[in-house]
Amino acid sequence: MGKTLAEKIWADHVVSSKEGEPDLLYIDLHLIHEVTSPQAFDGLRLAGRPVRRPDLTIATEDHNVPTLNIDKPIADPVSKLQVDTLRKNCAEFGVRIHSLGDVEQGIVHVVGPQLGVTQPGMTIVCGDSHTSTHGAFGALAFGIGTSEVEHVLATQTLPLVRPKTMAINVTGKLRPGVTSKDIILAIIAKIGTGGGQGYVLEYRGEAIRALSMESRMTVCNMSIEAGARAGLIAPDETTFEYLKEKPHAPKGTNWDAAVAYWKTLQSDADAKFDKEITLNADELEPFVTWGTNPGQGLPLNAKVPNPADIADAEERGAAERALTYMGLTAGTALKDISVDTIFLGSCTNGRIEDLRSAADILKGKKISSKVRMLVVPGSARVRLQAEAEGLDKVFLDSGAEWRTAGCSMCLGMNPDQLAVGERAASTSNRNFEGRQGKGGRTHLVSPLVAAATALRGTLSSPADL
Amino acid sequence: MEKYLTHTGTVLPLRRSNVDTDQIIPAVYLKRVTKSGFEDGLFGAWRNDPEFVLNKPEYAGATVLVAGVDFGTGSSREHAVWALQNYGFKTVISSRFADIFRGNSQKAGLLTVVLPQEDVEDIWATVEADPKTQVTVDLENRNVRYGAKSVEFAIDDYTRWRLMEGLDDIGLTMKKIDEVSAFEAKRAEYKPKTLPVLS
Ligand code: SF4
Repeated sequence: MGKTLAEKIWADHVVSSKEGEPDLLYIDLHLIHEVTSPQAFDGLRLAGRPVRRPDLTIATEDHNVPTLNIDKPIADPVSKLQVDTLRKNCAEFGVRIHSLGDVEQGIVHVVGPQLGVTQPGMTIVCGDSHTSTHGAFGALAFGIGTSEVEHVLATQTLPLVRPKTMAINVTGKLRPGVTSKDIILAIIAKIGTGGGQGYVLEYRGEAIRALSMESRMTVCNMSIEAGARAGLIAPDETTFEYLKEKPHAPKGTNWDAAVAYWKTLQSDADAKFDKEITLNADELEPFVTWGTNPGQGLPLNAKVPNPADIADAEERGAAERALTYMGLTAGTALKDISVDTIFLGSCTNGRIEDLRSAADILKGKKISSKVRMLVVPGSARVRLQAEAEGLDKVFLDSGAEWRTAGCSMCLGMNPDQLAVGERAASTSNRNFEGRQGKGGRTHLVSPLVAAATALRGTLSSPADL
Repeated sequence: MEKYLTHTGTVLPLRRSNVDTDQIIPAVYLKRVTKSGFEDGLFGAWRNDPEFVLNKPEYAGATVLVAGVDFGTGSSREHAVWALQNYGFKTVISSRFADIFRGNSQKAGLLTVVLPQEDVEDIWATVEADPKTQVTVDLENRNVRYGAKSVEFAIDDYTRWRLMEGLDDIGLTMKKIDEVSAFEAKRAEYKPKTLPVLS
């Protein structure tokens, strides 16, 4: 019987395997940031262990960093300590780091692909659950905890139990105004936040093949929101084309050897997935979440659901709590919901194409006087590219703020936060209670919906303009 | 890591599903560079509410957390596990855990036990009727006992052995480090390296 893509990559990385034990898997790339690494480096120090492969390790500063005045020292002393600790650890253990102010600094999942260190067929880990982003290249990429970070630093391997595989077939063609963010929000609404648990998801089908690399990253990024540790897409010409000129892409004969291998990275025709689901892209509309988990989403044309209509008691209770927290009334049209904050950024939608698509809508227009809009590029490089294209001017002229790279308002860890009761349309990935600041309310949307909402002040799609 | 054989204590009944790691330990508490002191941030956003179950005096000192389905979803922060441990919890019971949270807890020695939802409900009901109910989580015999009841749970042999011996994974892998070196010797030339710096 044939193998799925995930099974092939897994098999290529097994260092040792024994009945009744997890497989020991080799890790090709380890990405590091300031939040989940200090205790891991400390563990190495205590045990007197070096980093086994500094040449397969790279660090950046993202979660804690301010997105204004980055030439000044970080104001929050605790954030500063964490960033300083990362710098010290990297210096001591010989790990490459891209610090604030460096042209390669940015959100860890934006930096890997843009440097070209993310490639098909690799195993990639990071102490961050959105490591699944890198699966867009046909890599097996997943988030790990701090104990595992220490394990990878020390041994470049991880003991892991082989996950099951799920095929997600997205057939048909997206309509204008509908994006890969809507695909993934619709998938999560369909299978639920626990639906992918224990599986690696493989996104397939015509609608996925048609996506750019950056749009594919948006889909894979949110695999974790469906409960899956990893999600991937088989590499193809789009992937090779994207990688070709990247700094760390293979060169010369190495490129040919790599592409020959990458072309084998497809699920075999007779491979069997443990589960398969199908979604039709023809029918998709722009999606938005109304609740406090990413599975609580609906097409923008729908109304806030009535918990009384939900049969499952657990889900009904969760919906009731969500509406209370979100300050919403059942039956309200989603498009009548006013927001006061727009966040365009994050590792889900902070890449150049995301900024371009939002700028296209904002060009020559003013955002509503009732909203503030933060535009935060995913990396310093994305920021430079956007400025070279004049996008910064479009955003500033429309009344939005143009910031420097970082996780920013995706999570309430740096100065960019929602205040109690504030409501955001956000292109990030989590709408948990307090995720964007204590008491803040989050509606997850695509960059197009974010831009349209900024203009009208209420949740809107570009078609409403 | 502390060995886990069997543990007896009282229960905190957390009747909520989908408790994500942002709820277990909000991001603002993640700025520390140690593994201790996270107890003050545990369920940070809910702690102000006097009605929140963790604030109820009858459940003070509980060491077994029994939660709704899909506990630990969201971010990979192991701080969520440390916060629970720092607060004094030894075991979490739920009908389903998020994968990364479960992995993290098993690395750090916090036992996560999966029981069918109806058993979770029964424990909740029992404990709410009598908060002093002692619950024993017996890893050796793979069961949870309270009152006259005993419910079996499944856990793979390898994880059980590791937890019972209190073994840390790195030490175990170090014994296979020659195999790692042999694997590395065969890795393809074209695989990327982060050093030297090219950009
Ligand atoms: S942008 Fe958000 S989801 Fe992505 S790494 Fe940063 S905090 Fe995590």
